[in-house]
Amino acid sequence: MNSIVQNLTKGLIKENPVFVLLLGLCPTLGVTTSAINGLGMGLATTFVLMMSNMSISMVKNFIPDKVRIPAFIVIIASFVTVVDLLMQGYLQALHGQLGLFIPLIVVNCIVLGRAEAFASKNNIFDSIIDGLGMGLGFSLALTILGGIREILGSGAIFGIPLHIFPVDDKGNPITMIVFVLAPGAFIVLGYLIAITKKINSK
Amino acid sequence: MEYVLIIIGAVFVNNIVLAQFLGVCPFLGVSGKVSTSVGMSGAVMFVLVIATMVTWLIQNYILNPFGLGFLQTITFILVIASLVQMVEIILKKISPPLYQALGIFLPLITTNCAVLGVAILTIQKDFSLMEGVVFAVGNSIGFGLAMILFSGIREHLELMEVPKGMAGVPAALIVGGILALAFMGFTGLA
Repeated sequence: MNSIVQNLTKGLIKENPVFVLLLGLCPTLGVTTSAINGLGMGLATTFVLMMSNMSISMVKNFIPDKVRIPAFIVIIASFVTVVDLLMQGYLQALHGQLGLFIPLIVVNCIVLGRAEAFASKNNIFDSIIDGLGMGLGFSLALTILGGIREILGSGAIFGIPLHIFPVDDKGNPITMIVFVLAPGAFIVLGYLIAITKKINSK
Repeated sequence: MEYVLIIIGAVFVNNIVLAQFLGVCPFLGVSGKVSTSVGMSGAVMFVLVIATMVTWLIQNYILNPFGLGFLQTITFILVIASLVQMVEIILKKISPPLYQALGIFLPLITTNCAVLGVAILTIQKDFSLMEGVVFAVGNSIGFGLAMILFSGIREHLELMEVPKGMAGVPAALIVGGILALAFMGFTGLA
């Protein structure tokens, strides 16, 4: 029981894929212009992580060692295609926002990394839990990053205006727009990594 | 003229690393020294251009005619992975010095999202084969430019006194942010 809880929670802070392991930075920086986008991307990746971890731990004994990486990539790519088509069908607005980064889940190092480091050595149940935990850690990181950028850059959180910034003549809030643009992503992530380092070093 | 616009757009205005966030992993991972980032940029350029060409041909002559568009992600990643292997083997045989220089970077490129990203973008933008190749060249120059500038700054950063908590990756990321800010100045060019 203890190990299940441990597998599930290690991804949240201690081994957080983004803040500690520094994996999957491209989608982390690219899609987190708002908290919703970050959460959506995180959940899509969580689904792929769980399903690919599950399938890989099921077939791990049949795959010859030499071709395991290409085999893992094909399994991952199939689930990414499933997510891509599902989101295109049911969550069109979010799919449009995330755009290119949905197919790019294939080359997200977290997914292949967990397949290689965990799922190819452990049983199905543990692998699913590991995928879920890592995925939730990734979602948490993306939501925090997206939330901070949205508050500073658009003066809102999850699309709800906060009225913390002064307004101009027309009533529009004067926000720090740079935070929703590209440079803001790098700077906010830099500070968040420094803060996580501080928390973990205690 | 059209080609010049594509190149300028890809190198400065929509820089692949600093504006589109593709290829951030190698950008942070192997940018410690100028020499390694030159090697990495060379290897990326090599694979990126070939991969864009091959995936364009596959998309337009195999996937589209047979209505297999949904297989795009799977096909492209397999093509890129095998292409990287092939390039590695061929280079080893025909040009050992070049292999020596690029060798260790080649396997890393499979998981570089810049390659898959540019291949998919070329299809999404409906480019012709020639435009696609020019786009790929422009993007790899953009990648090299960002990478080499960043590693030059990081070499100096090593010698600076940075507050303890910010040393290493956090400081590098903030430098990346400032670099991205500088590149935003090119927005008016396009």
